[in-house]
Amino acid sequence: MPEIIKNGRVQHDDWQVVRLAEGEAASATALPAGRVIVPLAAWLLRRDELLARADAGVLGVWLAASDDPAALAPDLLRLQLVAVDFPKFADGRGYSIATLLRTRHGYAGELRAIGEVLRDQFDYLGRCGFDALQPAPGRYTPAQLQAALASLATFSTPYQASATHPQPLFRRAHRPAAHEEAA
Amino acid sequence: MYKYDEYDQRLVDERVAQFADQTGRYLAGELSEDEYRPLRLQNGVYIQRHAPMLRIAVPYGNLRAEQLRTLAHIARTYDRGYGHVSTRQNIQFNWPRLEDVPEILGLLAGVQMHAIQTSGNCIRNVTADAFAGVAADERIDPRPWCEILRQWSTFHPEFAYLPRKFKIAVNGAEEDRAVIRAHDIGLELVRDAAGETGFRVLVGGGLGRTPVIGEEVAVFVPWRQILNYCEAILRVYNLHGRRDNAYKARIKILVKALGVPEFARQVEAEFAHLKDGPSTLTEAEVARVVGRFDDPVLAPLPPTDAAHEARLAADKAFAAWVRRNVRAHKVTGYASVVLSLKKHGVAPGDVSAEQFELVADLAEEFAFGEIRSTHEQNLVLPSVRVADLHAVWQRARAAGLATPNIGLLTDIISCPGGDFCNLANAKSIPIANAIQARFDDLDYLYDIGEIELNISGCMNACGHHHVGHIGVLGVDKNGQEWYQVTIGGEQGNRTALGKVIGPSFAAEEMPDVITSLINNYIDNRHDGERFLDTVRRVGVESFKTRVYAERDARQHAKEVINA
Ligand code: SF4
Repeated sequence: MPEIIKNGRVQHDDWQVVRLAEGEAASATALPAGRVIVPLAAWLLRRDELLARADAGVLGVWLAASDDPAALAPDLLRLQLVAVDFPKFADGRGYSIATLLRTRHGYAGELRAIGEVLRDQFDYLGRCGFDALQPAPGRYTPAQLQAALASLATFSTPYQASATHPQPLFRRAHRPAAHEEAA
Repeated sequence: MYKYDEYDQRLVDERVAQFADQTGRYLAGELSEDEYRPLRLQNGVYIQRHAPMLRIAVPYGNLRAEQLRTLAHIARTYDRGYGHVSTRQNIQFNWPRLEDVPEILGLLAGVQMHAIQTSGNCIRNVTADAFAGVAADERIDPRPWCEILRQWSTFHPEFAYLPRKFKIAVNGAEEDRAVIRAHDIGLELVRDAAGETGFRVLVGGGLGRTPVIGEEVAVFVPWRQILNYCEAILRVYNLHGRRDNAYKARIKILVKALGVPEFARQVEAEFAHLKDGPSTLTEAEVARVVGRFDDPVLAPLPPTDAAHEARLAADKAFAAWVRRNVRAHKVTGYASVVLSLKKHGVAPGDVSAEQFELVADLAEEFAFGEIRSTHEQNLVLPSVRVADLHAVWQRARAAGLATPNIGLLTDIISCPGGDFCNLANAKSIPIANAIQARFDDLDYLYDIGEIELNISGCMNACGHHHVGHIGVLGVDKNGQEWYQVTIGGEQGNRTALGKVIGPSFAAEEMPDVITSLINNYIDNRHDGERFLDTVRRVGVESFKTRVYAERDARQHAKEVINA
């Protein structure tokens, strides 16, 4: 069973990400039994068929970097898991998608980063609202994944407001004026 | 300049630890080349021709004496004894070892410096007028706003992996000395009818392969909303900017593709959600940032100083330097001094360790410890008493920092080019030096008057050649280094892109080409007319004809001699 980082810990995980093969239609793809994360296109096409599984908490939806998170907005209350795919770690659209899901659409369930998910982006991913990080299978040894927990909060007091820090530093903390420090 | 508080310091310290760990994992083979590249770039580390190049952030060009001493130490210990001021006011070292970079960053953190986001596809160092806070024509000091933007953009979790690099510049003076029209976001500080401070927002400017002048997307964004508005721009860009082709990934391409009205509409739609949100600035926060600038409190002095006047009258060389390298200050009795890093024969922008130290000394003795770097690649002592100018001049001159050529033909802006840069098509520095050698006579330089000559080694345009009155661009012709020449470019309020005069030239022709351009100007100019104004009035064609006719004549003469 693959290991992922969830809520700050390394955990076993049995969700399966369903990816469409080249040319495969979202309407036709077979879904395995058990917990599955389906592409947005499949969800939108087969919503009626899949609702029961979503309501049972065994079906999540993943967004591609080019997907508009607003498409999922009406369903966010019923979904326990939403994932965002990083086709390349340097493709930063997923950070905005996550931010929108959390801060605009009010999504409060599990938000998982999938695809090319690397340790050195954990801090930014976390602050944009991802609480589950699923590196590609085999990218990290168990020991490396454990060590990677250290990268979850590289910056202890970031300047900005974000999904995890609703207020920017200047509203969150008392920053001393110059004269307060002089003494 | 702005003094860190514990939060600023902690973030920089945490960055040093992070990069040391990342570099360690890279050297141990745990991080691939591809995975490490953006991490090192976001710490200013390029792998260049000779060694890694380390680009250190100089936020909006502000430096303190103790920082220059640390730079001198780094130059001596880890480099070959010198550093380089870049065209974005940063400082670069060309010879450090990768293994040493974490240690260097640690030294920098000790003096409130870093290399954060000086490269990579993220929000880069925010730039401003080098004379901010002291310029006589300033409406609103841009530095506190730059600092607020610096903090907002530093480790912004959403915008660290943009389609491409992203540059912001802020101007608060009558004359734009920050080239805001050539930035991804150009902010102009203005006041509305009620006297409230806000920003006119230009988007999509940039030089490089496809030079574009930024277009206005908002006439007035109130100061409280500026972070929200910038966030809206960045989000639209992050989601919709092209990622399939690095040459089409800058925001200017998105703005062009959508058209300014549609782009502005999308930004407005996003801004509508963010407006008045948590990142809305408060009076207390702005006051706090303003208060952390430890600017000297300057009381006006008598406008003239008898001893100074006497020295001006007695010493021609001093008078020439004052005329060219000293600028008006907003407080009477003070002046700003430009220390020229354009001594003929030296790479434009280079500073030796000894010079760093001398400038630190001068700043401490005569300029309240403050120094600025300019995008024209010079250094500035922003506030010097007029009575002290002579002493500053003497010491600067002894150190080779008082060439009286600011704003003249030999005050050349030049990128590092083929001597250092991997991307170069051609060398830049030897061209700059050859032109300086040709125009070494100061009286002649003064006669030619104000002119800006900018050189880039490739179309990435780090030397801003498009906006030079004369622009020189290195091009590759069948593996050989050639140079394309443009004239009529301008930076500032009337930013314009230069026009190509014709086929490119070999390196050894360049001094002659410049001579032809200058001679054509001298023959055609009206009284008191600058080179650029003559180009505008008589047109490019006249210069082109002259340059190529004289080139043909030279070639013909050569053939006759060789025949
Ligand atoms: S303009 Fe080209 S050659 Fe010059 S520094 Fe930039 S990338 Fe290098």
